[in-house]
Amino acid sequence: MLNIKTKNRLSIFIAISVLSILIIIFILKTLEDNVLYFYSPSDIGESNEIVFGDKIKIGGMVKNGSIKTNENEIKFIITDYKNEIIVSYEGTVPALFAEGKGVVAEGRLQDKKFFLAKRILAKHDENYMPPKIKESLEKNAK
Amino acid sequence: MLSNLGIIFSSISLLASLFLIHLSFVELKVSGDKIPKKIYKFSLVQLIFSLLSFLILLTGYIFSDFSMINVYENSHTTKPLFYKISGTWGNHEGSLLLWINILVIFSFLFLILNKNKNKNFKIFTLIFQNLLISIFFIFLLTNSNPFSPVFPVPNEGLGLNPILQDPALAIHPPLLYVGFVGSSIYFSAALAALISKVEAKSLAITLKPWISISWFFQTIGILVGSIWAYYELGWGGYWFWDPVENSSLMPWFLMTALLHSVLVLERRMGLYSWVIILSILTFTMSVVGTFLVRSGILNSVHTFANDPSRGLFILTFLVLMVFSSIFIFFKYAPSEKKNYRIFSKEFFILINNWFMIFFLAVVLIGTLYPVFLDTLSGEKISVGPPYYNFILTPFLIPLLFLMTSGPKHKWVSSETKKFFDIILFLSVFLFLIIFFVIKENNLLINLILLFSIYLIIQTIFDFYENLKNRNINLSRITSHFGFGLLIFFISINHIFSVESNFNVRMGEKKDIKNYVIKFENLETSSGNNYKSVIGYFEILNKKKLIKENLRPEIRIYNQPKTITYEASINSNLFSDTYLTMSNISDSDIFNIKFQKKPFMNFIWFSVLLISLGGILNFFNRKKEI
Repeated sequence: MLNIKTKNRLSIFIAISVLSILIIIFILKTLEDNVLYFYSPSDIGESNEIVFGDKIKIGGMVKNGSIKTNENEIKFIITDYKNEIIVSYEGTVPALFAEGKGVVAEGRLQDKKFFLAKRILAKHDENYMPPKIKESLEKNAK
Repeated sequence: MLSNLGIIFSSISLLASLFLIHLSFVELKVSGDKIPKKIYKFSLVQLIFSLLSFLILLTGYIFSDFSMINVYENSHTTKPLFYKISGTWGNHEGSLLLWINILVIFSFLFLILNKNKNKNFKIFTLIFQNLLISIFFIFLLTNSNPFSPVFPVPNEGLGLNPILQDPALAIHPPLLYVGFVGSSIYFSAALAALISKVEAKSLAITLKPWISISWFFQTIGILVGSIWAYYELGWGGYWFWDPVENSSLMPWFLMTALLHSVLVLERRMGLYSWVIILSILTFTMSVVGTFLVRSGILNSVHTFANDPSRGLFILTFLVLMVFSSIFIFFKYAPSEKKNYRIFSKEFFILINNWFMIFFLAVVLIGTLYPVFLDTLSGEKISVGPPYYNFILTPFLIPLLFLMTSGPKHKWVSSETKKFFDIILFLSVFLFLIIFFVIKENNLLINLILLFSIYLIIQTIFDFYENLKNRNINLSRITSHFGFGLLIFFISINHIFSVESNFNVRMGEKKDIKNYVIKFENLETSSGNNYKSVIGYFEILNKKKLIKENLRPEIRIYNQPKTITYEASINSNLFSDTYLTMSNISDSDIFNIKFQKKPFMNFIWFSVLLISLGGILNFFNRKKEI
């Protein structure tokens, strides 16, 4: 038989482990509900799993000559040189947002070709390219 | 010339570190309780040459010596002097040299300032600290040499990213580094204490000032970093739960836990192993932070050049460090008798520690999960503010409550003063007034407001009572008071922030809630190394009939050619008016972000108060109640 001391220790140990596991499950569950998935225009064009209306991120390059500004919005096209998506956005753009440069837009997909952005992120590095685009560009080059 | 000198000086410093390790091991076998002069001398040599090598790099930057690749890549002759200086640590190699310098400075200061009588403890601390120093020096010289020459010598440098040309940004890395790297000394001391069996009280007294000082710098560093993000990134926020911000927050949680539990060690000689574990974890988290930032595996506003070999080095180092620490811990950890009475002061401190560990777990998982998911499944995700806000805010309520009631309790005993006292009544009363003024109906925010008021009032009363007894624990009171204010003002700021995005032509007006924003004029101007377009805006508050003028800028820097959008912020005591303007594709329409942010200055001030507590704790060596 275990003596009382060991028993006590064991029960404390078990209690703490159970508690930590519960906390971690709780954290992971919250995490799952709050992550933003990152897609390229091709992912959206070719996949059927993406739910419209969910908050997501889209990354790619701003297509040359595609930026248009009017009274209400900025419109531009994100491309991965295979598929394209039209983005509409209201607000200021980050400093490194420009045609032919990498961009990440956060917002909701209206349909397969149209994205309503709430936030535009451009990386604070002139040579930055979203990793996915780098991959697909490398693939396309082969 | 400078390049060679730099390499020679840092090599001498490395040799001194290796000698120190050797001498220390020899010294362990010698009895006696005095550390020989030789060790002090070598430490001094190590310090001087390490500082000299940093000075060399600094000189290279100040006089634009482009014979060093590092200077060539990150500087330019037309850059203002201040940013030439800050350019020294604005890049990977230079910041690594700064890292090492802080390691060396702390090692030296610990050797000469620490009054602990146990000679072996001091020697072992020196050994561990110098192992760290040597490893990082070797990494510097073999992989990330800031002194590498370039040939032929270029005439002009490539320049520093203009977004990095900001006073707050220039000074926040060194501040954070003192915090980050400062934790190395209690990492080394903790391991040394295990091996040389230092007793609880003397360990606590030895560790305390180092913990307070690094905690102070870490807090200030986080503050200055946030201020930079607020002014420069143009999003109008001050905390984005960006992975790099998180990596500065994670060690902070542990330092905070340590700052509290070391008190238990000092007073009750309890939590010995726990303090050791926390010390080890804090430095580990600092290295993890450095790894995450420097390896470039994170997507963040801070992008540093990607170099897998650096990441690999830090990762290898990290694994070795963690495993050897675990090994030492299990080999030498003393057994402890634990008897904690519920509702004693130490009980509350233990709960504080659980909270800190929970916060750490939340932030760590949120930061690392995307990295793991990417490597495991190739799926790319990001974890944003909603996750952190959702999971952390509810826990602020019990935390605030415990911060209020914890300090009222005495050590050991579980006797308490009466629960429903005048302070609680006063807090509820104040809260109700605020509630009827602001009419916010989110329950969570209301509870947070109530409990932050409770904490604020309680600390004010504590201060008054302590003043009467002439026994003031000023550091605790200042920090807790600051934390109460911080949470209170963040909540108020959250409720009353106004944000609006719109497009506008020159001469047009826009109506946003109570404000009319008029775009009056555009002018061009030029600065030292940039040209700029300045927008003239007039903001009219319809309710109060106050006019404000704001001048956001679009700057075009020449080296490297970059555009930045400079926010114009009109900051007064109670509220900030914030305006950024951008323009793309040469259209005559400008994109505007307008924000009204109440109590920003109070938020900064609260964090300043919190950090002040660390400094007070550092200077206050006499016993508290």
